[in-house]
Amino acid sequence: MSTATATRPNRLTGWSGRSIIGLMLVVATMFFIVPLIWLLIAATKTEHELAVRSPFAIGSWDTFTSNVRQLFDFQSGAVVGWMRNSAFYSIGALVITLAISVPAGYALALTEFRFRRILMVTTLVVMLMPNTALVLPVFLEMNKVGLVGQPLSVILPFSFYPFGVYLTYIYFSTSIPRNLLAAARLDGCNEVQVFTRIALPLAAPVVALVAFFSFVQNWNNYFLPFVMLPSSDSYPMQVGLSTLLSSTPAFNPSAVGSESMHLPALAMATILSMLPVLILFLFSQRFLVAGMTAGGVKE
Amino acid sequence: MTTAQSAGSETPSRPAATDDNGIPKEAVSVNRDRKRRQRSIGAVFVAPYAVFMLAFGVLPALYAIYLALTDANGGFTPTANFSKVIDDFRFFAAARHVAFFLVIWLGALLVLVVFLAIVVHAIRSRWLSGTARLFFYLPGALAGASSVMLWLFVLDPVASPAGPLLRALGWDTFTNVIQPSHLPLIFAIIAFWTGAGGWIIVMYGALNNISTEIMEAARIDGANPFQVAIHIQLPLLRKWIAYMAVLSLATGTQLFIEPSLLSQASNAVVPNDYSLNQLAYQYAFDLNDFNGSAAISVMLLVVALLLSAVFVAKGGLFDTEDV
Repeated sequence: MSTATATRPNRLTGWSGRSIIGLMLVVATMFFIVPLIWLLIAATKTEHELAVRSPFAIGSWDTFTSNVRQLFDFQSGAVVGWMRNSAFYSIGALVITLAISVPAGYALALTEFRFRRILMVTTLVVMLMPNTALVLPVFLEMNKVGLVGQPLSVILPFSFYPFGVYLTYIYFSTSIPRNLLAAARLDGCNEVQVFTRIALPLAAPVVALVAFFSFVQNWNNYFLPFVMLPSSDSYPMQVGLSTLLSSTPAFNPSAVGSESMHLPALAMATILSMLPVLILFLFSQRFLVAGMTAGGVKE
Repeated sequence: MTTAQSAGSETPSRPAATDDNGIPKEAVSVNRDRKRRQRSIGAVFVAPYAVFMLAFGVLPALYAIYLALTDANGGFTPTANFSKVIDDFRFFAAARHVAFFLVIWLGALLVLVVFLAIVVHAIRSRWLSGTARLFFYLPGALAGASSVMLWLFVLDPVASPAGPLLRALGWDTFTNVIQPSHLPLIFAIIAFWTGAGGWIIVMYGALNNISTEIMEAARIDGANPFQVAIHIQLPLLRKWIAYMAVLSLATGTQLFIEPSLLSQASNAVVPNDYSLNQLAYQYAFDLNDFNGSAAISVMLLVVALLLSAVFVAKGGLFDTEDV
């Protein structure tokens, strides 16, 4: 806010207006960021400390490790299995998504074929629909063909990612000069080589962007695996969280027993569930924001 | 009809024309050959995606419609399932819950996202503006169950970082905080916390896109930042604001995970049929009534489909070509 001190004096209306806006900015920032910071701290405390000490007092390393232990001991290491499942579903779907979306975006942008327009329109419509809208219909379909409960019942629907096709389509139609492809053809490339040797290497940024969005969406998806996978062994972490939640007496008093969870261990589980995505976010922040802004600027 | 047109343009209706330009006939036929190959490679490249589109986009929707129009034995009963679920006393309660939630959430998005984007955009320090955007965006990493879990902690006065605030408002226990009248607000806060940052970045990008000349001209004419925001930035953001509103409306009608987890965490103080999607889930899994479940899903699907189709049709956003 002090940095808002203007090089141009009439940029903001007077001192008081500026401080009110500055204050609102601080409040907004706290709203977004404080819960995250608190969560990290909560995992270092005991349940008792969580209740009696100040919310931002940091606990101890020993408590932290004992919370980790409690989480990983739950149902003899169920958490490890859930994390592994999450990784398997997300990455498996990501690979299929890339394999089908990138060529499709290329074909839509740079080639002609029958039903092209109808495929474009359907892609846009489905892309703009919330992905939860098709969960129950897909479940009913999977139930019909007997795939419910199989990993494929999650991986295959995850792999259908129209937004990825849209992103690659936009990229190929705006950033790849057609002359370049024509030149490659003159030099003797066949159509497949034009794609694999010229277009694909140039599309690395958009491939990374699609990979990122697809992974995050798959990892965070709750509704579809919740509906498709009945047994705890096959849960991804997001659904596993709800099992942990029902085993936490603080939220579910009937859960008192040998396998019950303390609040700090539950906080730890929440951190664990978001860790891969959070790390990805932080590492690719600059590139991501650039990508989203570019998407936003597209006219 | 793109395909028909291009097919027409490829048929050699005027072969002589090319010859007039001095291009040998052979080159024309090579060119045509190449066009044909390009066309078939397009179809090959797009085929796997088209299969997925059919299998997980089109067919499930059609199957759900079929189920909604038939009874458990496959007999054709076009209205029975719909009237059954609409007559269910839980249906309108759930629709009302979702509507309340939507009003609050959309209001917050429209006012706060636009306001914050304009303010962040006005910050002169690149570093400060970038950091603010990162902080707003970061909670987006926690979509899904993780963010709801985090908010369960925040809403429990015992452990919450906002505990003093909650107690000051007179809510001493978790059950107090999540009483039914508070729920639409609570769900709106959770959804806002997770999703607003992404929209702030989109709006910020759109603001960057407003030409500096317009902004300068307004300033030279003596407009203060408030006037610039009202008379220049807001009108130019209109398309993006509409985009956000339509998509959020569609997403909001799908409310599921927030009430679902809160229901588990509250020993059913929050009912497990709070939202429409939850009710559809109950029909499928508790009542084993797939036809009833499909009827609710189809209604929600129609809403989502209409909203997104209106948006695609009105266009503007996808003008790279003829769609």
